[in-house]
Amino acid sequence: MNNNLTAILYIAAGILFIMALRGLSSPETSRRGNQFGMIGMALAVAATLFSARFLEGAEWTSWIWIVLAIAAGAIPGALIAKKVPMTSMPQLVAFFHALVGLAAVLIAWSAFLAPVAYGIGEPGAIKVQSIIEMAIGVAIGAITFSGSLIAFAKLDGRMSGKPIILPARHIINIALGAVALLLIILLCTGVQSAFLFFLLTIVAFALGFLLIVPIGGADMPVVVSMLNSYSGWAAAGIGFTLENMALIITGALVGSSGAILSYIMCKGMNRSFISVILGGFGGEDSGPAGGDGGEERPVKQGSPDDAAFIMKNAGKVIIVPGYGMAVAQAQHSLREMCDMLKEEGVDVKYAIHPVAGRMPGHMNVLLAEASVPYDEVFELEDINSEFSTADVAFVIGANDVTNPAAKTDKSSPIYGMPILDVENSGTVLFVKRGMSSGYAGVQNELFFRDNTMMLFGDAKKMCEDIIKAME
Amino acid sequence: MMFFMQDSDKEMAAQTAEEAERTVEEIRETAEAARQAADNLDASADALNGQIGALQALTDTAHVNEFIYLFAIFILAIFVGYYVVWSVTAALHTPLMSVTNAISSVVIVGALIAVGAEVADTAAGGWSMALGVIAVALASVNIFGGFMVTQRMLAMYKKKEKPAPKAQG
Repeated sequence: MNNNLTAILYIAAGILFIMALRGLSSPETSRRGNQFGMIGMALAVAATLFSARFLEGAEWTSWIWIVLAIAAGAIPGALIAKKVPMTSMPQLVAFFHALVGLAAVLIAWSAFLAPVAYGIGEPGAIKVQSIIEMAIGVAIGAITFSGSLIAFAKLDGRMSGKPIILPARHIINIALGAVALLLIILLCTGVQSAFLFFLLTIVAFALGFLLIVPIGGADMPVVVSMLNSYSGWAAAGIGFTLENMALIITGALVGSSGAILSYIMCKGMNRSFISVILGGFGGEDSGPAGGDGGEERPVKQGSPDDAAFIMKNAGKVIIVPGYGMAVAQAQHSLREMCDMLKEEGVDVKYAIHPVAGRMPGHMNVLLAEASVPYDEVFELEDINSEFSTADVAFVIGANDVTNPAAKTDKSSPIYGMPILDVENSGTVLFVKRGMSSGYAGVQNELFFRDNTMMLFGDAKKMCEDIIKAME
Repeated sequence: MMFFMQDSDKEMAAQTAEEAERTVEEIRETAEAARQAADNLDASADALNGQIGALQALTDTAHVNEFIYLFAIFILAIFVGYYVVWSVTAALHTPLMSVTNAISSVVIVGALIAVGAEVADTAAGGWSMALGVIAVALASVNIFGGFMVTQRMLAMYKKKEKPAPKAQG
C-alpha cells in the first residue's frame, strides 16, 4: 500500500478516536462512540499490516507470530472484560495502564535494537532526534508501568493503602530524575550503548515505583487519572519515533484526558496536584475500627422501621452514596428501596460527589450496574442547592464528603473541599457500620446534630430491612 | 690543443647549461600544471560547496523539518483533547478512562512494525522481533479488554424506563 494512503488511514483512525471521546458527552451517544473507537483501532492495525514498509519486510512467519500474539492477548483481555466486577474497575484500569506502559517500553527497545526497521538510522547511529524521542518514550513508559503496578496492588488490596514513607524520598526521586536526564543527554551526545538505554529503563522503573508508593489510598483516584495521562504521553513519545500520526493524536488525546481528570479529582478533594504527588495523605479505607476515643457524645440512633416511616412520608429524598455502599455491595438493595419509595410517590434523586468511589465516575457506574436510571443521578454542582428542599438525605457509605467541617473548620485536613450540603435537608439518615471516621480521619460534626439519625449496620442489610419495614 | 680543448669544453658547458635550463623549464611547467590542476580542483570544490549550500538553503526555505509538522499535530490534538474531554459528562468518567486506555494501545502499531521487520536474522533484530511479539500480546489484552469492558459499562447506563406511576409528583 502506498505510504501516503497509509498515513491518511492513520489520520482517519485518529479522527475516529476523537469521535469516540466525543460520544461520551452523553450516555445515548456513548455506545456509538465506543464503536468508533473500535473501528479506529482496526483501521490503524490494518493500515500497518498493509503498509509498504511492513509488506516489504514481513515473511510468513511474521504473520503467524502476529496472529498468535493477538490471540494470546485477546482471549485473556476478553475474559477479564466479561468477568471483572464493577467495584474492581479502578484496579482493572490501573492494570491496563501498566500494560500500555510496558508495551511502550518494549517498543522503544525494539526500535533501539533494530532502528533500520523503523527507518530511524543504523544500530549505534540512530538519529539524535529519534534517540531523544525514544528515551522519553521508554522513560515515561517505564514510570507508567511500575507506578500502575503499585496503584493496582494498592487498589486491589494486595498492598496496604497506607502511604509508605521512605526517608529522604524527595531527594531520592530528584536524584533519580537527574540521573535519567543525564542518561538521556549521554545517549544523545555520546555512544548509543544498549547499556545506557538499559540503565535509563531501570532508573525510570524505580522512579515510577517510588513516586506512587508514598501516595495513600485516599488519593488513588488522582493517581489513576495521572497514570492514565502518562500512558498517553508515552504513546505520543513512541508516535514521534515512528512518525505515526495515529499514535501522536491518540497520545495527545489520552494525555490531556488524564490530566483533566486528575485536575477534577484534585479539585474534588481540594488538594493541590503537587501535594498529591508528594504523597503521604490518607490511610486505609474505612479507617481503623477504633481510633476515635475522646469524648462520648450522644447520637440519635434509629431503627430500619424509623427510617422507613420517615422516608415513606417524605416528599423528596436525596440519596448520597459513597464507596462504603459499594464495599457492602448494597447498590442493588438500595435501588429496590428507592423503587418502593417511588411507588409511594416520593421524589428520589441521587447525589454524587466527584470523589465518591475510587476513580472518576466510579459511583455512577456502580449505580448504573444496579439499574439506577442515569437521569436520576446528579453531580454535586447540579444538586447541592436542592438539599434545602429535600425532606430526607439518605447518606449510605459516605462520610467526609458530607462533613460541614470542610466549610467551617480551617484547621481540618479537609477544609476547603467541596461537600454535599446534606445538613440543609429536613432529616439526615446516616447508614454506617460504626462511629469511625472517614478516610481523612476527621470526626463528622453532623452525627451529633438534632436532625440526624444514625442507622448502624451493614449497608446492604440496612436497605433490606428498610424494604421489609416498608412492605 | 689547448685551444681546441677549451673550445670543446665551452661547447659541453653550454650544452649542459642548455640541458639544465630545459630541465628547469620542464619542472616549472609541471609545477605550473600541478598548480593549475590544484586550482581547478579548488574551483570545482568551491563550486560544489556552493551548490550544496544553495541546495541546503533551498531545502531549508522550502521545507520545515518534518518533526515540526508532527509537533504541530501533537499540540493541536492536545487542544482537541482538552475541549472534547471537558464536554464528557461526569457520569461517564470511568468509561472515559477505560476507553482512553483502550485507544492508547494503538502503540500496537509500533510493535507490529518490529515483528514484520526484515532484520530478524541478526541477533539484535531477533531480540527486536521477540520484544515486538510480546508488545503485540500486551497491547491486545488492552485493546480487547479495554473496548469490551467499556461496552459492558456503557450498556448499563439506561434512562428511566416508563417513569414509575406518578413518580414526578
